[in-house]
Amino acid sequence: MKLTRRILMAAAAGSFLFSGTAAMAQTELSFWSWRQEDKAFYQDMIKQFQEKNPGITVKFETFAPENYQTILSTALAAGRGPDVIQVRAYGNLETIATPGYLLPLDKQNVPELANFPESALAAETLRSDGKVYAVPFATQAQLVVYNKKIFQDAGLTPPKTWDELMKAAETLKAKNITPFANGTATAWQNETIVGGLLSSMLGKDFEADIVSGKANFTDPRFVNALAKLKDVSQYFSPNFTGVDYPSSQQLFAAGRAAMFAGGSYEIANFKKQNPSLDLGVFPAPVLKAGDQALVATYYDGGYAVNAKSDNKDAALKFVRFLATPEYGTAFTNTLKNLSPIKGIKIEDPITQEVAKLADNSMSYLMLVRFRYQEPSGSVLLQSNVQKMLAGQQTPEQAAAEINKGIATYYKPFQK
Amino acid sequence: MLVSHKQAPSLKRQLWVAFLVVPPIAFMSLFVVYPILSAFAYAFYDWQGLARGEFVGLKNFREVLFGATMAPVVWNAFLHNVYALIALMVIQNGGGFVLAWLLYKEPFGFRFHRIAVFVPVVLSTIIVGFLWKLFLNPNFGIVNQALYALGLDSWAKPWLGDSSTALGALILANAWHFIGFPTLVYLAGMQRIPPEIIEAARLDGTNEWQLLKNIVWPLVAPSTTILFTLLFIGAFNWFEIPYVMVGLDGSPFGSTDVLGLVFYRTAFGNQSASIQNFGLGSALATLLFLFIVVFASMLTLWLRRREIQF
Repeated sequence: MKLTRRILMAAAAGSFLFSGTAAMAQTELSFWSWRQEDKAFYQDMIKQFQEKNPGITVKFETFAPENYQTILSTALAAGRGPDVIQVRAYGNLETIATPGYLLPLDKQNVPELANFPESALAAETLRSDGKVYAVPFATQAQLVVYNKKIFQDAGLTPPKTWDELMKAAETLKAKNITPFANGTATAWQNETIVGGLLSSMLGKDFEADIVSGKANFTDPRFVNALAKLKDVSQYFSPNFTGVDYPSSQQLFAAGRAAMFAGGSYEIANFKKQNPSLDLGVFPAPVLKAGDQALVATYYDGGYAVNAKSDNKDAALKFVRFLATPEYGTAFTNTLKNLSPIKGIKIEDPITQEVAKLADNSMSYLMLVRFRYQEPSGSVLLQSNVQKMLAGQQTPEQAAAEINKGIATYYKPFQK
Repeated sequence: MLVSHKQAPSLKRQLWVAFLVVPPIAFMSLFVVYPILSAFAYAFYDWQGLARGEFVGLKNFREVLFGATMAPVVWNAFLHNVYALIALMVIQNGGGFVLAWLLYKEPFGFRFHRIAVFVPVVLSTIIVGFLWKLFLNPNFGIVNQALYALGLDSWAKPWLGDSSTALGALILANAWHFIGFPTLVYLAGMQRIPPEIIEAARLDGTNEWQLLKNIVWPLVAPSTTILFTLLFIGAFNWFEIPYVMVGLDGSPFGSTDVLGLVFYRTAFGNQSASIQNFGLGSALATLLFLFIVVFASMLTLWLRRREIQF
């Protein structure tokens, strides 16, 4: 008996030592993402990281974006999941961070957090405990992308005021060019259109008033902006109520429309589909000259560490690497997507323009502030703007519906 | 002979039976019964993503059926399911019956048509959805192009973007996809009718309408039972065609929302608009399941009663 036990113990100890040395020689981190299209970039970055950190290898796995959250939360709920996780921001971060699946990050374990602006860290912060749970990876701005060649041929310059925008659209339409490629059949496109076209008319003060409860969504600034949107929709893609997101993208990428109100993330995609496009961007037009021109910004998501990971130190090392200006520079220049890290060097002129515009912005309001509870501000804005643009309700009605929905849970509106 | 099957079955035979019966039962239990029971249990809890919170009793069910936020969405979707059920009953099953009768009479080329009518059923629903989405594109889809070519410009519409036509367009796409199935089942039912009966009726001088109404329709009752029950279940579980053609939101502004879409976005979240609530999703799934089981059973019992033995 004693002998067998001793043998067993020796064997166990031996295998423990053996596995211990093996682990010391090589720590394998798993890293999950929904960015299938960026796989080559990530593999390249991982190679650079591994060269600097011998002993750590990173295995990169991607999943389809529409299933990512489900697959990830299932794995996490089962006590598993990858060591390093690409997570979303705001409300979708909370569903994963609140149950304690993610390791809180601070200036001790990730000193590189100092490289980020406050608003970027806020996107990856849990409202209930004020802790940061991920290193942000991309800044997105809702604005207007325009086709420089079409503008030049029509003798136009990017409009600054709303009246100039309407005049430019009229000029283009008279020349038989579709002014805006946008369509409203895909619900979430209505939210991006509002962000791209109306931000300057809403303004930072409006956002501050919404947050403090001094104003709500029946505010004249919001109603009037919606009315302007209804007005400009006559210049959208023909039959725009039936034009879905991919069709509108194709229309613009084919060079058959002059403008596209939407996200800065569209630019790289347009260029990929049609490299000959010469593109520019401008912020939402202002109501009267002298007003502040704004874009609506938000942060896509971040890189987080699994709280149950066996390799937390290695995972933190990797996440710190993903927070360096060198990484941000490579991210921005390779993916043509703006990294929020301060001190990056941007090569691409149009990304430089986006970065400059993003410096002066309001939040992409519904995502940043009202996508935590149901009915989310996004659901309300998307369906009510869609309905308004289809001519089935007035801007006043749309604003009232949006306000009513948010007021069911938003304390400052309940006074 | 007389005794053999009164004896206890041999062990070998019992093992053989177990061998055949246990795997499917285990499979069904694991992949059907267990998920349904667990969804039922999940519905009684509060959820943070997929992490289970505290027990909340019937709160989720109350919210789904009567809550200020959820109930209007659920009832709106439910009405669309009912609408789809009625429309598909007429178009898909009714149309299938008519097509089956035409094929039954073996017109010229019936062998070809018998296959042609079934081909769309074999296609993947995802492909059919995308295909019809292209057909219905307002600017280059063949539906509007055909209308322009015929000079019917005023009939052309943004079909999937207009709240008055979008649901109808989904129903027609679904009917196009599946009409081959009722056609085939009815055709088989008609071919089971002894030809003497139809001949006798013909000799008695019935016209086509009387023959269909008084002879064929009652005698294909078993096919009707199957088709109506399956359509009932299918209409309330309707998901793929709406998901592919109008997206998770039931665009435009909820006019094509059905319970399957509501369930999916509630339970798993809609990346571009809302976050997930697994408790509410489970409660909705449970209610939908109970509704389908109860009504499908009642429907089946009622339809069975009108079947005639011959």
